[in-house]
Amino acid sequence: MNTENLIALLVAAPLLGAAVLLCGGRRLDRVGHWLGTLLAAVSFVIGLVLFTDMLGKGTEERSLHQHLFSWIPVEGFQADVAFQLDQLSMTFVLLISGVGTLIHLYSIGYMEHDERRRRFFGYLNLFLAAMLLLVLADNYLLLYVGWEGVGLASYLLIGFWQHKPSAATAAKKAFLVNRVGDMGLSIAIMLMFTTFGTFAFKPVLEATAETSEGKLTAIGLMLLLAACGKSAQVPLQSWLGDAMEGPTPVSALIHAATMVTAGVYLIVRSGAIFNGAPDAQLAVTVVGAVTLLFGAIVGCAKDDIKKALAGSTMSQIGYMILAAGLGPIGYVFAIMHLVTHGFFKAGLFLGAGSVMHGMNDEVDMRKYGGLRKYMPVTFVTFGLGYLAIIGFPGLSGFFSKDKIIEAAFAKGGTEGWILGSVALLGAAITAYYMTRVMLLTFFGEKRWEPDAQGNAPHPHESPKSMTIPMILLAVGSVFAGGFFSIGDRFMHWLEPVTHHDHGDSPLSAATVTGATMVVLVIGVSLAWAQYGRRPVPSVAPRGSLVTRAARRDLLQDDFNHVVLVRGGEHLTRSLVYVDHTLVDGVVNGTAASVGGLSGRLRKLQNGYARSYAVSMFGGAAVLIVATLLMRAV
Amino acid sequence: MSFPLLTATAALPAVGAIATAAVPAARRTAAKWLALFFSLATLVLAVVVLVRFDPDGDRYQLTESRAWISDFGVRYELGVDGIGVALIALTALLIPFIILAGWHDADPLETKSSRWRPTQGFFALILAVEAMVIISFEATDVFLFYIFFEAMLIPMYFLIGGFGDRAHAGSDEKASAQRSYAAVKFLLYNLVGGLIMLAAVIGLYVVAGNFSLQEIAEARANGSLDMATNTERLLFLGFFFAFAVKAPLWPLHTWLPNAMGEATAPVAVLITAVVDKVGTFAMLRFCLQLFPEASKWATPVILVLALISIIYGALLAVGQRDIKRLVAYASISHFGFIILGIFAMTSQGQSGATLYMVNHGLSTAALMLVAGFLISRRGSRLIADYGGVQKVAPVLAGTFLVGGLATLSLPGLAPFVSEFLVLVGAFARYPAVGIIATLGIVLAALYTLVLYQRTMTGPVKPEVSAMPDLRVRELVVVAPLIALLIGLGVYPKPLSELVNPAVKHTMSDVQKKDPKPEVEAAK
Repeated sequence: MNTENLIALLVAAPLLGAAVLLCGGRRLDRVGHWLGTLLAAVSFVIGLVLFTDMLGKGTEERSLHQHLFSWIPVEGFQADVAFQLDQLSMTFVLLISGVGTLIHLYSIGYMEHDERRRRFFGYLNLFLAAMLLLVLADNYLLLYVGWEGVGLASYLLIGFWQHKPSAATAAKKAFLVNRVGDMGLSIAIMLMFTTFGTFAFKPVLEATAETSEGKLTAIGLMLLLAACGKSAQVPLQSWLGDAMEGPTPVSALIHAATMVTAGVYLIVRSGAIFNGAPDAQLAVTVVGAVTLLFGAIVGCAKDDIKKALAGSTMSQIGYMILAAGLGPIGYVFAIMHLVTHGFFKAGLFLGAGSVMHGMNDEVDMRKYGGLRKYMPVTFVTFGLGYLAIIGFPGLSGFFSKDKIIEAAFAKGGTEGWILGSVALLGAAITAYYMTRVMLLTFFGEKRWEPDAQGNAPHPHESPKSMTIPMILLAVGSVFAGGFFSIGDRFMHWLEPVTHHDHGDSPLSAATVTGATMVVLVIGVSLAWAQYGRRPVPSVAPRGSLVTRAARRDLLQDDFNHVVLVRGGEHLTRSLVYVDHTLVDGVVNGTAASVGGLSGRLRKLQNGYARSYAVSMFGGAAVLIVATLLMRAV
Repeated sequence: MSFPLLTATAALPAVGAIATAAVPAARRTAAKWLALFFSLATLVLAVVVLVRFDPDGDRYQLTESRAWISDFGVRYELGVDGIGVALIALTALLIPFIILAGWHDADPLETKSSRWRPTQGFFALILAVEAMVIISFEATDVFLFYIFFEAMLIPMYFLIGGFGDRAHAGSDEKASAQRSYAAVKFLLYNLVGGLIMLAAVIGLYVVAGNFSLQEIAEARANGSLDMATNTERLLFLGFFFAFAVKAPLWPLHTWLPNAMGEATAPVAVLITAVVDKVGTFAMLRFCLQLFPEASKWATPVILVLALISIIYGALLAVGQRDIKRLVAYASISHFGFIILGIFAMTSQGQSGATLYMVNHGLSTAALMLVAGFLISRRGSRLIADYGGVQKVAPVLAGTFLVGGLATLSLPGLAPFVSEFLVLVGAFARYPAVGIIATLGIVLAALYTLVLYQRTMTGPVKPEVSAMPDLRVRELVVVAPLIALLIGLGVYPKPLSELVNPAVKHTMSDVQKKDPKPEVEAAK
């Protein structure tokens, strides 16, 4: 059997799970979660088989292709359902199905008391299928199906507890903001179609050499818009914080490890387009740099543990986008950071979920404190994730983030200096806000408060089904970076797809690492001075103007509300009025002036059957007269 | 002579209408089953048409031709191309669902004694509309088409005016007055359109000397029938106006929200998913074929009107408080897409527009019929009267969501395929138009998801807390529609292969070629 025939099964297994779980009804309530987890694991195992097979082949023969059927055949327009599995897709397949399976497992315990658990697993399986489709598609239109498919799954899962108005609103917001990004993807595909006559990866990316820079820039910018939506980058970042309304495993899987990194995938996959469009690349790096600071600042101000982590996610993806904008200097490191981030951020979210699980679903870190004694496994795994994300030497984040900072400097020129400095500054803020989260949650005094029903929290360690995934992810957080970096393994693995260029760094690698260590220490010490040395007030102090703005996501939501929501409401309301009076009135009025119809219209409203009969008769009479007239002709 | 399959497909529902109307007053249930039987039998015939039709064969197939009013060259001429076949199949498919969904809509009210037989009348009228719509898709004689294009107003008028939505905020009298207003408005708008078209039909006869679409189109193509530029433009406008009222195109759209709001949900589906399609179908068949030069002349204005329809319809949908009016405005937006696809004059645009007609029929039917089930449970059309339905009726909410996702053209569902083709087709020739139309996809998500959020999520409103979930009859209506939406979203190839050759013919009628991709053009 040819191994490429297995590719479709990667998508089919979780898709089957989604169909069965969502249509299956109550009978499946008792086994649904196991079925969902099993099918996620099946995908992972198939992924491993394909991976082993790929490793056994020479670098040039690793890319597999599977054509299933012709999807939309129209004159001049050919869209196929076909898959492409190369090293880049493979990396994602393993990350998605691996982390996905762990999070399915975790959810068995986390969602145990939810009466709609079967449906939850159905949605999770749907997400896996869509995400795998996204990274396996061999053309942009099929990628689009996965792209919106993950958006749908995200919508359903953010709004999973939809009896809460806040959850329903957050879900809608996420979908809408993403749709703005999707417009970008639509237009990019249309541009490809008119430029290349196709939107399949291979022919498009091979034809970029013969295309004008203007066209490539336009396509690149549209792809960037799409990436901004899905990956919560400025200016389309506003949905991610609200998305934390979803159950925590969802935040871990979709809004930290996988879906939100789809924008990075899109840009790296379209590398040939961006390589030919320096202006678009510059835009990408600017978006990445702005977002990495934006997210980090927001992360510093949030007291809600999940929202603090969401700010952090935004910021870390900013790093990846920045790296992807650097071109061949950064592609490999964007993906490497994406993978290590997948481990430690998913682990951090699962840890946060475990804490919430033990604290009556409290999310305010000011009401935690001193939890390390009560939840040792959570403490240790979360702590390792923390060390990984701040870039503690030897752990995963150290290798992957450091490389991005180096690459940013290696861009060269003033740009290189600016981007590199921003990346360094971001590292300092990361160390600050993550230390803050750590101290508020696990150290210091207990600041626990009873919940709304008056139940005092009794923090306890979570069940095995939850701690095992946390432990496995912690292992990844510790070792993945080192493993990838020894002998530049990860670089050699991806290079055939993304290509690599060392760039021209004004600073030596050792200097950059040294600087990173310095800012790390500064960030940690500042946080310790503020939250470790002194008792933490359980109600947030008013704070400076910047703090207050940061708590409100730097006022971007307020801006959206005033300009888009309010403005939109006024617009639609006035249009409803215009339609009712003006358009209707003018059209009726024109008709009236032609044939006095308005008066008749009013008369006909009286509801007498007789008038209807008259009007019908009138219509028929017109027909007869017309026929007679024609005889005359 | 071979069996007149097309005549039979149109005649069968007509016979069914008469038979249903003739059922005695007391046997209401029998009348319903009879109507359902005839609609299903028509579906069988439509499937036979579909199977017998060879997409790669002649342009018009299964043709029939008989002399009719020989004095002035009116013939009974039928024939179908791929577009006609697809729309006949859509019509025949939707009518059984409309009948099933409206099963109790015409049950006599206990409080009122009625002298006539409303139940029999309701179902007979639906079948009568079906017969006329099908023959409109088949007619290749302009006069024959015109007669049924106009005649279908009569049963539609009675369906809207006589069988209104019982979920009405006002008193019975007020409801009745609004219903009459909606019905009369529908009638007058369409009659005016029809009258103008009639003048154009007569004018065409004066110029061409007969009514045969094929003969005239052929004569136009080979140059033996020359029309003065102004004559062609006037005739085009006469035809187009009638079709734009029916379609409906901004600013001639205002009858639709009234009609769809006041009619019962199944009748609203009949209006927007079936009857209105005759308008867009006729643009493709008559306007482009008979008046190719005038069509190209009018294209810029029509594209602008279509764009306005797309954006304006969607914005108005966002502002609605009434569920059914919201769906009506969404339809106006979607008709804008269809007309945009037709007049973009590219293969992708026109194939997309044709698929759009079919897919819009399916998605609107799914959304509107479920909305009807919802409304019948609570007795209100106002969005604000609902909340938290998902908790008490999850299957209803789930199907409503799928209908909504189809309406916002989610990839993987059928409407995405057609909407993307229309966008690409428009973009290829007019990039700015394509980009503006793309805004429609954001607005569609807005009105759909806001509707879903306000009705289905949040805390359960006391008034909906005892709401039953979908019944078996209702599931039988919705499940196949959803299956088709998914099926045609994943595998639209059979449908697109059916319409592609027809689109090729139309493209050569208007002598337009697709723009070449830049890279290829440069070589």
